[in-house]
Amino acid sequence: MKQRLLLVLSILLSFTLITAACGDDESTDTADPVDNGDSGDSGDGGDGGDDGDGDGDECSRTGTVAAPVKPDDTTSEVDASGVTAAFVYLTDPGDAGWTWAHNRGAEQAAAATGATLLTVDNIAEGSPEFEQSVRDFIADGANAVFATSFGYMDAMETLSGEFPDVDFFHATGFKANDTNFGNYFGRVYQARYLTGLAAGAASASGNIGYVAAFPIPEVIRGINAFTLGVREANPDATVTVNWTSTWFDPAVEGEAAQALLDGGADVLAMHQDSTAAGERAEAACARWVSYNSDMSEFAPNAYLASAIWNWGAYYADAIESVADGSFAGGGNWPGMETGLVQIGSLADDVSDATRTLIDERSAAMIDGSWDPFTGPINDQDGNLVIADGDVPPDFGADEEGRSLLDQNWFVEGVIGSAGG
Amino acid sequence: MILADITISEAAAIGLVIATIQFATLLYLAALGETIAERAGVLNLGVEGMMAVGAVTGYIAGAVSGSPWIGLLVGALGGALLASIHAFVAVGLGADQVVSGLALTILGLGLADYIGADYTGDSRRAWFADVDIPVLTDIPWVGETIFAATPVTYLAALLGVSTWFVLNRTAIGLGIRAAGESASTADAAGHSVARIRAGAVVVGGAFAGMSGAYLTNTLVGTSWSQGVTAGRGWIAVALVIFGAWRPGRVALGALLFGFTLALQLRLSGFGIDFSPILMSMAPFLMTIIVLIFISYRARNKPSPAPAAIGIPYRREER
Repeated sequence: MKQRLLLVLSILLSFTLITAACGDDESTDTADPVDNGDSGDSGDGGDGGDDGDGDGDECSRTGTVAAPVKPDDTTSEVDASGVTAAFVYLTDPGDAGWTWAHNRGAEQAAAATGATLLTVDNIAEGSPEFEQSVRDFIADGANAVFATSFGYMDAMETLSGEFPDVDFFHATGFKANDTNFGNYFGRVYQARYLTGLAAGAASASGNIGYVAAFPIPEVIRGINAFTLGVREANPDATVTVNWTSTWFDPAVEGEAAQALLDGGADVLAMHQDSTAAGERAEAACARWVSYNSDMSEFAPNAYLASAIWNWGAYYADAIESVADGSFAGGGNWPGMETGLVQIGSLADDVSDATRTLIDERSAAMIDGSWDPFTGPINDQDGNLVIADGDVPPDFGADEEGRSLLDQNWFVEGVIGSAGG
Repeated sequence: MILADITISEAAAIGLVIATIQFATLLYLAALGETIAERAGVLNLGVEGMMAVGAVTGYIAGAVSGSPWIGLLVGALGGALLASIHAFVAVGLGADQVVSGLALTILGLGLADYIGADYTGDSRRAWFADVDIPVLTDIPWVGETIFAATPVTYLAALLGVSTWFVLNRTAIGLGIRAAGESASTADAAGHSVARIRAGAVVVGGAFAGMSGAYLTNTLVGTSWSQGVTAGRGWIAVALVIFGAWRPGRVALGALLFGFTLALQLRLSGFGIDFSPILMSMAPFLMTIIVLIFISYRARNKPSPAPAAIGIPYRREER
């Protein structure tokens, strides 16, 4: 009896499957990007009537893909052919995100300055392979070492003491000396602020979602700057944060984006390396702000703006400072004025008023007359944290945690917890 | 934790169910394949590697051909091909299954990166769309969730039922179970242990490959990228133990795990303000709790694990 029931059940299921296979269910969009507005299964499954500006599964907007902004090849006046620059990467440059951006910058800088480039991939943080590969590079003639992940910091410090004639550059860390060991990162929050201006203006509901990575100052600072931009353009809008605890896991990041869309968000921003949030926004007829690189081609209708890195500009400067001997360690945190951080292309429907505002604020940041974190700024609970006209320091022991490098609180307008 | 004003909109609730089913489909396909291999007595710790190879070959085939079905098929082939290495080494040569399986994961992840290097960041897609079943899809709630899944979900359910049927109601299934419980008995009964075990490993690999292709072609809807499997192959291995090597219970485990994965990303949206770091532990915490519960309940019963699992069979040594 049980057996027969199961047989019937399996036949029924097979039938369903065959119907599915033969039916008009296959949707592919290999060549026509405009078509994929309604082909994502997951987004339109959960639309439940709140998919931003869309009505049903047909999105009203068809975006024209503007040429994505890819950082220009860097030029250099300095002949740095005497420099051999060694780069150590945590992952493969094929990760399309962080390492990709650094490697592209390294190649551009080497081409511009004439320096010799040495690279190694997949070196785990805190592993003996790190020191060994740096020693090998130095034995091969490297006189500048670039380490692009946080966990290389202590080994870099040790090696910089051992090899005083080699210059050591460490990304995202906080240790340095004043001779041959420095750290570097970029003020990408400045570009985040500009994308916030576009996002605030684009949100009809005032409900904006942020697919966030880990609750650390770098990410929190980005969310805060973005929110300040959003509320500049749209004072009543809020930014809801959904933490994924991932740097790269498209399955989780896509679902986190979907959760925000299901909650009524009509614009999404994100921090991780994947394009998953954009794909969900595209399927739900919502809008999307990308990070790391200009990802307009992945979600042409949803894409709104992006905060992007141009490491080539920084690495060319760094290699030049090695060539002319001017490098003297220390912390280096350049912003938009160097071109290290930029805003990518803007969607075709961004209004002229918004473009003008973005240009104005961009110019003020480039000439150094203004920063997004200029007070008055309230925290999430409405308490004044940064007084009128103040700009918080970059570093520094500041008991209220106001300094930019250890920001651990959310500004007014963010919904979610900044705590770990 | 603040439970002040929990608000769950209908859209959010439907989204939760959809996400649960999607994650469950992904995990179930891989776990079901591992169940088959383990029931035949072969532990295959290479699921993560087979999923990665399935993900990359499935993505490329889908993107190039434009058909997600071809992607699924090629993904299954990719997984099966990689599994055949394990079949050769662990079954054919009688090598240690743990070592061979771990090597398979490392090889699979590396191979997938190598094959996919030129396709990272590719914007081509081949998606499975939701099935539109007349009448059923129009039912409120159920129609928007269970009857709006992609064909792969139904395929996974069908494969689950078929696996149960084959294992428990057919002569081949008896042979598979005999090879897993007592290989010499199976041999004495006239079954070819090597052939059964190798076959089970290859079929298991095909299932894991399908799971990988589903991941790239439908669940995430992004191009191939290094690390896209993100350890889900290991969760599938754990699910087999969780499900006591039974296709039905493994399905329940996959649903439970899918639910916690989906819920973790939606709690804050329901107005529950909770530490994001602790929240990301939820699925793993849930696994430990349920495993403790299951083993406590079964403390006086014999282990549900196949008795001959992990033991290579050589006829001369019996």
